Amino acid sequence: MNPELIGRIFPPTEPYLVGREKVREFARAVLATDDSVVPPTFPVVIQEATLAQLLAEPDGGIDFTRVVHGDQRFSYSRPIVAGDELTATLAVTSIKSLGGHSMVTAESTIVDAAGEHVVTAISTLVVRGDE
Amino acid sequence: MSLELTPGDIVAERTYSITRDTLVRYAGASGDFNAIHYRDDVARSVGLPGVLAHGMLTMGFAVQPVVDWLGDTGWVSDYQVRFTRPVLVDALEGASVTVIAKVGTVEEDAARIDLTVTFNNETVLGKAQVRVSFS
Repeated sequence: MNPELIGRIFPPTEPYLVGREKVREFARAVLATDDSVVPPTFPVVIQEATLAQLLAEPDGGIDFTRVVHGDQRFSYSRPIVAGDELTATLAVTSIKSLGGHSMVTAESTIVDAAGEHVVTAISTLVVRGDE
Repeated sequence: MSLELTPGDIVAERTYSITRDTLVRYAGASGDFNAIHYRDDVARSVGLPGVLAHGMLTMGFAVQPVVDWLGDTGWVSDYQVRFTRPVLVDALEGASVTVIAKVGTVEEDAARIDLTVTFNNETVLGKAQVRVSFS
């Protein structure tokens, strides 16, 4: 993996309009009792686009087939509601090596149409080395 | 509400039975179509014993008992987990995952709820912490 990815900030994703039926579909998929409440892990739908940017980075050197999800966090300023138009900006905040594996921490900062912070989704991906 | 909470209290407990159907539904809803979550041959080709649940699916349902417990008294303002062990989902038997949600710490308008999530008597999520805000 390319250590020069640290500190790299990617272009913001296209605005994502949170739809009521998408919320219901996602809520049912995570076995929610009340499918009208936006599940706490819903931002993964938006984060997906930013992680695709990271994995597609030409000089990133990340082999998708060797990537394992290490940990995940969502830190909110306010709950997401249907009707929100959300944009995510990805930054690589850390890369560490541990026993032949690399760990990359990617933060997707998600803001609403007014530019106000809604949630930050933080993923650590473990890229397994050659075995 | 937070004033009535005591660290160590169990606020919710639930067992989820998941099947391959659950994984397909989650793949569609989340957009994560990695084939290790629905094809045994692909899972085995990368050294796994078989199809496993998306980590984000486990993270997703593990917090739902807390969401139900909160109702409209509060909301989840922070949620983190570490993925420590895979949840293997047998084609016939599925998998059974148990969630226990316990009060960790209590503040004036917030609390930390700690989740213990087990499959086959082993925890599958580490440092699974939910911050709930009452406001």
